Amino acid sequence: MIDKFFASAEAALADIPEGATIMIGGFGNAGMPAALIDALIAQGARGLTIVNNNAGNADSGLAALIAAKRVRKILCSFPRQADSWHFDKAYRAGELELELVPQGTLAERIRAAGAGIGAFFTPTAHGTLLAEGKETRRIGDRDYVLEYPIHADYALIRADRADRWGNLTYRKTARNFAPIMAAAAKCTVVQVRETVALGALDPEVIVTPGIFVQRVVKIAPSLRKAA
Amino acid sequence: MKKLDRNQMAARVARDIPEGSYVNLGIGLPTLVADHLPKGREIILHSENGVLGIGPRPASGEEDEDLINAGKEPVTLLPGGAYFHHADSFGMIRGRHLDFAVLGAFQVSVAGDLANWHTGGPDAIPAVGGAMDLAMGAKKVLIMMEHLTKKGESKIVERCTYPLTGAHCVNRIYTDLAVIDVKPDGLHVVDMVDGLAFEDLQRLSGVPLRRLATAA
Repeated sequence: MIDKFFASAEAALADIPEGATIMIGGFGNAGMPAALIDALIAQGARGLTIVNNNAGNADSGLAALIAAKRVRKILCSFPRQADSWHFDKAYRAGELELELVPQGTLAERIRAAGAGIGAFFTPTAHGTLLAEGKETRRIGDRDYVLEYPIHADYALIRADRADRWGNLTYRKTARNFAPIMAAAAKCTVVQVRETVALGALDPEVIVTPGIFVQRVVKIAPSLRKAA
Repeated sequence: MKKLDRNQMAARVARDIPEGSYVNLGIGLPTLVADHLPKGREIILHSENGVLGIGPRPASGEEDEDLINAGKEPVTLLPGGAYFHHADSFGMIRGRHLDFAVLGAFQVSVAGDLANWHTGGPDAIPAVGGAMDLAMGAKKVLIMMEHLTKKGESKIVERCTYPLTGAHCVNRIYTDLAVIDVKPDGLHVVDMVDGLAFEDLQRLSGVPLRRLATAA
């Protein structure tokens, strides 16, 4: 019997090795898998490469992971924010490497990895600093920049409901990067609000089919921020 | 001559957005445009994080942390609205499905180059977000900015001195002094605030402007 349910976030993340590349879902707090990030900090793996839209806010979540000096490199579109002080400090001290990627290119590079695309040409960033040194091509009447997929060892995402096959539904804008990260990682770990019996999710509303999901952990909403 | 305030600028942009448009409003000043869209016009607002059909701000206490815009502010969803993932959201942008993107700017050049993401300063931490995708992807890119810097220098320039967000991407500039179209043959003044003479706008701007026959 296929059963992707794990008893705890700790159990679901136990095998993450040093130097792993980890995608973390969420845009701001919407869709951020807070309990999984807390468990990753407790797990202790170092030298991580993190893929996220941002580089942490305030003192919890990804910001706490950076403060704990677990991150070697971060790929994101918008690191600098009013409350990104842990990233700012580590970046200015030269303790972590930043690969700044336009947000749509970040999304498409993640999508490409999950979809088996070797590379793609995008018009975004042509003629800017972020395209320096990259291959370009004129196709028709537009100029494009060659971009490569971003693969990951793990994706940590949050969804709303899951069944034991790992089929997922999301809630509102918490969906954001989760479906494409789930497809791009070798091992996708999902924090969900509710687990349901197989067959209870309407197949017409499943957004991420279980083929993209390896592990599911139910986190009661009241405990989401307490861990 | 009286400069437009931020709300007057937003109202001026809103006036030009027709019924049925799909529109992305950038973070900051452009977000104000939402408050000035004429009642009765159906205009569908997009946000990069994965939503179409954004409604008004929620009442205090009604915020939902799973329903935010690209500025990470709580929003609501109108009947008919939809959620989608990030790659689809940027596919809409890059695939030229959005009618308008309204963006802020540090500088716009006479060629329609846009600089709005990075000062290029040695200690500045760069952050780009969706600015480059919107600049290259929307059918029309509308810029909303003050005409002059705090030092009184024109933000409309011969060549951008800040790093570019996109080349040749701006269609129209809305400032607190004027509305200016960017065309292959140069900048055309469409509108000016009451009491501003074209010659004064020309002097303040420091780059060649053309006067549309219809301009006031």
